[in-house]
Amino acid sequence: MRILIRHGYVIDPGRFNGIGDILIEDRKIKELSSEIKVKHENRECEIIEARGLLVCPGFIDLHVHLREPGYEDKETIASGVAAAVAGGFTSVCCMPNTSPVNDSRAVTEFILRQAALAKKANVFPIGAITKQSEGHELAEIGELAEAGCVALSDDGRPVMNSLLMRRAMEYASAFQLPIVDHCEDLHLSDGGSMNEGRVSTELGIPGIPGVSEEVMVARNIALAELTGARVHLAHISTRGSVRLVREAKARGISVTAEVCPHHFSLTEEAVRSYNTNAKMNPPLRTETDVHAIKEGLRDGTLDVIATDHAPHAVQDKQRQFDEAPFGVVGLETALPLTLALVDEGVLSLEAALAKLTREPARVFRLPKGTLRPGADADVVLIDRERTWVVDPSRFFSKGRNTPFTGWTMKGKVVKTLVGGRVVYDEKAQ
Amino acid sequence: MSLKRKDLLDIASLTKEEILLILEAAEPFKEVSGREIKKVPALRGKTVVNLFFEPSTRTRTSFELAAKRLSADVINFSPLTSSVVKGETLLDTARNIESMQADIIILRHSSAGAAEVLARAVRASVINAGDGWHEHPTQALLDAFTIKEKKGRIEGLRVVIVGDLAHSRVARSNIYALTKLGAEVSVVGPPTMIPPYLDRLGVKVWYDFDAALPGQDVIIMLRLQLERQGRCLFPTLREYARLYGLTMERVRRTGTDTLIMHPGPMNRGVEIAPDVADSGAAVILEQVANGVAVRMGLMYLLAQSSG
Repeated sequence: MRILIRHGYVIDPGRFNGIGDILIEDRKIKELSSEIKVKHENRECEIIEARGLLVCPGFIDLHVHLREPGYEDKETIASGVAAAVAGGFTSVCCMPNTSPVNDSRAVTEFILRQAALAKKANVFPIGAITKQSEGHELAEIGELAEAGCVALSDDGRPVMNSLLMRRAMEYASAFQLPIVDHCEDLHLSDGGSMNEGRVSTELGIPGIPGVSEEVMVARNIALAELTGARVHLAHISTRGSVRLVREAKARGISVTAEVCPHHFSLTEEAVRSYNTNAKMNPPLRTETDVHAIKEGLRDGTLDVIATDHAPHAVQDKQRQFDEAPFGVVGLETALPLTLALVDEGVLSLEAALAKLTREPARVFRLPKGTLRPGADADVVLIDRERTWVVDPSRFFSKGRNTPFTGWTMKGKVVKTLVGGRVVYDEKAQ
Repeated sequence: MSLKRKDLLDIASLTKEEILLILEAAEPFKEVSGREIKKVPALRGKTVVNLFFEPSTRTRTSFELAAKRLSADVINFSPLTSSVVKGETLLDTARNIESMQADIIILRHSSAGAAEVLARAVRASVINAGDGWHEHPTQALLDAFTIKEKKGRIEGLRVVIVGDLAHSRVARSNIYALTKLGAEVSVVGPPTMIPPYLDRLGVKVWYDFDAALPGQDVIIMLRLQLERQGRCLFPTLREYARLYGLTMERVRRTGTDTLIMHPGPMNRGVEIAPDVADSGAAVILEQVANGVAVRMGLMYLLAQSSG
């Protein structure tokens, strides 16, 4: 089976940028060049006309919560990967905070099996750093690596014990797995629900200070320097964190960092109406922080854009602000929010797409995020100019918890291919 | 004039004129409470629901008395004996109460924003009787009423609010009300109890109680919530009382005929010395009495505005 995607504007970050054709053969990229002539002699070839569309490698999300096993009312692996491909993501890395926690081969294999059944996006499980993510003892990291985990994290349950974190970094190095930390000092957060600052003072909502993130970013950088381990910092949200990462990189420490679209699109002001769909952890910060994050994206301090897609059932979020769980969905809104950075002049289109493709592939060493011949044919076709209004009831995700309801977005996924198979086609919806 | 609002959720969004309107409306009801028969028919046939998710005696009783003196039917909803312990959400509870044709719902809740969220979901008027650390607007209104009554004005007065500003809804509402009414407001407390950017609300921040006192016309002492011990906010009750407790000696430091207020319940010997609480300068019991009149005035205005 062959597919020719032709006449699209193709961007394969760092490799190709212009009108071009992509030939897919046997689920792999066969060729990418400005014009491909296909001979029909031996095999049939399906043609996908991409004139006027942007074509690029399928996106990779290093940070999603698929909720299965255990919280299938919030999301299932099937609904999560359907949301992923609708948003242009062909590979997602799922956090281990399920029930049971993914701290064993059994859970990892279950996730991979459910993903295979869903037949949409590639799913790369992230294993727990500690047993049950309780922060006491190391999980069986060697077995998790064998079972197919691509990284380790106790996301949502920060590793407070610095000795344990040191040991985890040292131990994980043997398996070439990066450690991903949700940087938060829980003592400093002290049960807070939003950014500590002017708005929290006015609203009387307990605050989470920026330093609760920054002290842990600093700790993790120090430990990364000590151990030489690969350390990836999840969802960076403050100016101070950006500065710490920038300095660490300048000194050659092997640290990478991601940022979420909500952290560069919104500020703490979004919480003013006590909107629980604007409650996530780390919380929305200030204009100053947003500015610093954009600067960090521009200068490469922040390597990756990841969603921290965290679906919740409607009733979970219909609580008082302080009682509602943290988290927002992100898979189906990340692309236009990222493209808005291009329109704003923060990033070039190619640089923006790199943060969703080449860069996440590099950080987790995934054989993805490129249209290089021989690569899996994970491709997304985008109408760059199309505007649409966010209506959560149309999400593929079971989660409706987005702070972007009613926003007019620019840029929409038209078609998504995973392994040369069309897994999303907006016309078919 | 009438109050063109369905609800009273906070002081932050009120104009000076609206605050003055509520204070004026309270005046005649103060007289009602002094009568032999303490009742007027203003809210006859209306149903007022006291929905208190936090323990409260003073505020709940004050609202109940106010509603009864306006001839409303009053229901006290107590969460400890209700469906709330069975897991019902606030919104479902409120919708059920509304189905019983409640006209005014008075809400006390431990979560900031609870009243605002409730008000968006129900047709009934909602009065915020305290939401988390956010606001306690009727407390600020009764405090303003009391200051105006005792001092004849608020504009230009110097008022100091003392204690745990960070965790106090009374403090926030009082800051908004008194600054809008033209008072010069200071706050005093240990740095651990002053939330960030509090000065942006138009107050002067002091850590040294003694330095802040000269010239203060009114001292509002906040209740120290004793459960905050052991949370790294202050070392001991002893030291708190020594640094931030109001003593007679400190009252004299004002050098003026100062008014002493406290929203209650008091921790005698902690934030306020017993002899100060019982002195002629303290108007703590007048605050309680005025609370009923102010809440009558407020409910009267809300009932009018919703027809």
